[in-house]
Amino acid sequence: MGLLRQSEKLGLPLMNLVRFKGMPILDQLNLEEKLLRTTSDNWCIVNDGANAPTVVMGVSGKPAELLELESVIGDNVPVIKRFTGGGTVIVDEGTIFVTLICNKDAVPKVQPYPRSIMSWSGKLYDEVFQGIGDFQLRENDYVFGNRKFGGNAQSITKDRWIHHTSFLWDYEDRNMTYLKLPSRAPEYRSARDHTEFVCRMREYLQRSAFIDKTIKALDNYFMVQPATPADVNSCQVAKFAHSTRLLSKQELEDACSSTKPGTIAQSASI
Amino acid sequence: LAVLDGLKYAKSHEWVKHEGDVALVGITDHAQDHLGEVVFVELPEVGAAVSQGGSFANIESVKATSDVNSPVSGEVVAVNDKLGEAPGLVNTSPYEDGWMIKVKPSNASELGSLMGPKDYTKFCEEEDAAH
Repeated sequence: MGLLRQSEKLGLPLMNLVRFKGMPILDQLNLEEKLLRTTSDNWCIVNDGANAPTVVMGVSGKPAELLELESVIGDNVPVIKRFTGGGTVIVDEGTIFVTLICNKDAVPKVQPYPRSIMSWSGKLYDEVFQGIGDFQLRENDYVFGNRKFGGNAQSITKDRWIHHTSFLWDYEDRNMTYLKLPSRAPEYRSARDHTEFVCRMREYLQRSAFIDKTIKALDNYFMVQPATPADVNSCQVAKFAHSTRLLSKQELEDACSSTKPGTIAQSASI
Repeated sequence: LAVLDGLKYAKSHEWVKHEGDVALVGITDHAQDHLGEVVFVELPEVGAAVSQGGSFANIESVKATSDVNSPVSGEVVAVNDKLGEAPGLVNTSPYEDGWMIKVKPSNASELGSLMGPKDYTKFCEEEDAAH
């Protein structure tokens, strides 16, 4: 309560900062959706690395179009469909996640629409990466030059929005082979495959430095207040129907079958 | 940006048009312009209940999912199946071919809390000016 009065005096809205390390991405996404839809606070969630390689598709993603399904199924790679829009990424312990959940009036001049939110987030990360690489928000991706190192996505409700980013601090080249070249891609990609299109943030700055600089940049817009996982749990409702979900092996196998020639003839003969 | 006569408007930028005992619902030209190119629309099932101000659908544009909120309460009696294959109709024809659901309204008095065309136009201008 004392901190709230202080932030009101300063005129900056309060933002709760929660930090995790190695949290499974499914748990993170479920937490984010719950905080977005069932609380009225501003949140920054930093998850320093997921616990295991996982494919994460956007809300409208079609596995058959986006994934090399035989490899994904053969290697038992989990596939998640998340509640936000955007494309497909593969995340692991080398990925740093930064999520911002805000009330629609929390940041002056920002309207609850995707381009307005990203225009602001681009400025926020301009401050984080000032003097580091040739950083820019390019066709809605975070890039150094023409190489993407951060994929972002959003979900917008009537009164709140979430902007979350998976930053490739490091990644395994092999994991990128699970992803197909998407049919919907930014122009600057120029049909490059993943290894030519993305780059590693570790070549530009230390992991801890990135996280520290991000929190410092947020200080310009919010009164950032550390919160513990217990604080997070205490403000959550007991029951919430998540829309993020793990796709079943059957779903992936059915999607894989649908891409193979002869499937329709086989099913017609049954 | 177009604001049509004969419709009622919500502050969250949806419109409603009464056609007999059914209400047609969609998003406004202002909303589609601010959302950007729509690539996916997720609609409710026929028979679902909607409540005024509550989310009934999702639109994906520019890497974001955005809630669409119903201007009226009632039961969904039809959904626009064309939006599955042609989500861009929401951009090109937000008041006609881009309609989203038809609702059998349960509370006629809710119309009183919605804006007419002139008030909605002013609302949009003020909202954009404030940002």
